[in-house]
Amino acid sequence: MRVLVIEDDQEAAAYMAKGLKEQGYVVDHAATGPDGLALATAEKYDLLIVDRMLPGMDGLVIVEALRKSANHTPVLFLSALAQVDDRVRGLQAGGDDYLTKPYAFSELLARIEALLRRNTAVSEQTVFKVADLELNLLKRSVTRAGQKIDLQPREFKLLEYLMRHSGQVVTRTMLLEGVWDYHFDPKTNVIDVHISRLRQKIDKDFEAPLLETVRGAGYSLRDTTA
Amino acid sequence: MIYMALFGTSVCGVLGFEYWQTARVIADQTDTTIEVETQGLAEHYREFGLAQLIFVIKERARNNPNLQSIYLLTTPKYKLLAGNLSAWPEQARGKPDWVNFQIETTNTKGKKVERPARAQTFLLPDKFHLLVGREMTERQNIQALLTNALVWGLVLTLALGMVGGILMSRHVLSRIEAINRGSRAILDGDMQRRMPVTGSGDEFDRLSENLNAMLNQIEFLMTGMREVTNDIAHDLRSPINRLRTRLEVTLLEKPNPENIKSVMKDTIQEVDAILETFNGILDIALAESGVLRDNFERVDIAEVMTDAVELYEPVAMEKSQTLECSIKDGLMVQGNRNLLFRLFANLLDNAIKYAPENGKISVEAIADKTFISVVVADNGPGIPPEQREKALQRFTRLEVSRTAPGSGLGLALVAAIARLHNAPLKLEDNAPGLRATLLFSKNG
Repeated sequence: MRVLVIEDDQEAAAYMAKGLKEQGYVVDHAATGPDGLALATAEKYDLLIVDRMLPGMDGLVIVEALRKSANHTPVLFLSALAQVDDRVRGLQAGGDDYLTKPYAFSELLARIEALLRRNTAVSEQTVFKVADLELNLLKRSVTRAGQKIDLQPREFKLLEYLMRHSGQVVTRTMLLEGVWDYHFDPKTNVIDVHISRLRQKIDKDFEAPLLETVRGAGYSLRDTTA
Repeated sequence: MIYMALFGTSVCGVLGFEYWQTARVIADQTDTTIEVETQGLAEHYREFGLAQLIFVIKERARNNPNLQSIYLLTTPKYKLLAGNLSAWPEQARGKPDWVNFQIETTNTKGKKVERPARAQTFLLPDKFHLLVGREMTERQNIQALLTNALVWGLVLTLALGMVGGILMSRHVLSRIEAINRGSRAILDGDMQRRMPVTGSGDEFDRLSENLNAMLNQIEFLMTGMREVTNDIAHDLRSPINRLRTRLEVTLLEKPNPENIKSVMKDTIQEVDAILETFNGILDIALAESGVLRDNFERVDIAEVMTDAVELYEPVAMEKSQTLECSIKDGLMVQGNRNLLFRLFANLLDNAIKYAPENGKISVEAIADKTFISVVVADNGPGIPPEQREKALQRFTRLEVSRTAPGSGLGLALVAAIARLHNAPLKLEDNAPGLRATLLFSKNG
């Protein structure tokens, strides 16, 4: 997967590139807006990471230009700007996600993965499977190893989100956004409690645990038997 | 000055007009009287002849020894026939017309004086000359009186106007100058200074009151900013210091990969805690600044509260607490959905944290015609009345909560978000426990 990082802070860009490369991504870096726009137009990338505060140019402008020329590469905005309408403006300009600095690298990774996965048409699916756990959107049913599992509506939504992102790391913030539709960083362990309730229902009485806790990052639903 | 000139001119105009009208009326009246008499005498002559006319004139002359009314009848050659004038006035020779001239009379003291007179001359058939007139002293006196009155009136008006104008402008200028003085003092650094209010309730008082309200708001914001910088300095110093020490000490020790890894993990955690505090402070400052009001939208408080309750319900269940909910439908306000959720999340988080095992937490939202009232109450230890105000400040950790996790910013953020939405937070005794209330004013 090719990623372009448009960020004027050399050190931050270097660390980000290093971290992403560790995870197997191919990373290019542009330190100015115009350079970034030129690269993004000339080459094909799977993801753009764009800092909003670039010298002499707002990262928004780059993305708006790309969208106007029918370039739909997923874009993640990074910004030190955290006012309410900054996020909205970023998304309106054509961005797909928005992270405010300082952010946890694990959060960045998780969101990048989510964006990349999104691009490959998972949205139309109605049945999700991870190992012997199956979720059917149309029937609103969940079974594991053939056994029916009773879930409350919110638990169902939570499992659906995890299954859509199966194999990826999902952070608590992402869960709060995706399942509860509220945007902030939940400090206490409130999400953990919901996860552990879900675990009780889908993992406890079965052989292989599918819902993992990823220390320092979040959770992941994955087939550990494979 | 301009106002004075305009005022003066208009007064002149009005008075001048009055004078002209009044003078004319008086003049007209006198002339009419003379005219009528002249015609009467002419008629008399035509009916009864010359002798009879002479008789009448002699009689009238006798009745007017002091020439209040003037009569003279002469031959075509101006030889006197009857009347109380000694001679036909020179000015009166010529075509029959109105004429003004001087007559000689004796005044009350016996002195001879010249007085003004006005008369009409008439040519009778057979070319006899008839003159009828009136002595004009009185009329002229009245005119003089009138002129005098008008001139004095003008002078007085102008004088009063000028004085009044000066006094008024001095008054206005002094009020304005007071406000200017106040503003300059504030600019020079006296932030406590406020504009003077005289209590008369006039426009200047209202202006002063509005300016004072603005200044209070500015002071509040400035204090908030000062507090933020103080807080950042004070409460981030310790954890940052801890961090540095830990890293320094680790450097001094023998390099041990296991140890280093664990130190790094701890460091990340510590940094996260610092960031959390940092973000918390900024969030409160942002909420307090009021800037977010610009992006308010219609929010259903019932929906937000229900979501918050649903999020925290499992946490309450873990402590075997009962979470009672009584939320009316469709309570709409203008606000920020995410901030309101955080507000309820924080209140619930606190309630669950402080209520004991098996404790009870109740959440209520009702509305009447003007207000939406929201209550989150628990039966934990509560907050003693004297500590309630302090509890809302940043970084306050009351005795009860010293060992519990958290940054101490929870209630401060709740208070800031509540104030932003014009629904100030009230803390009361839930007997036992804490009862947190917010009153939102209804908005469509």
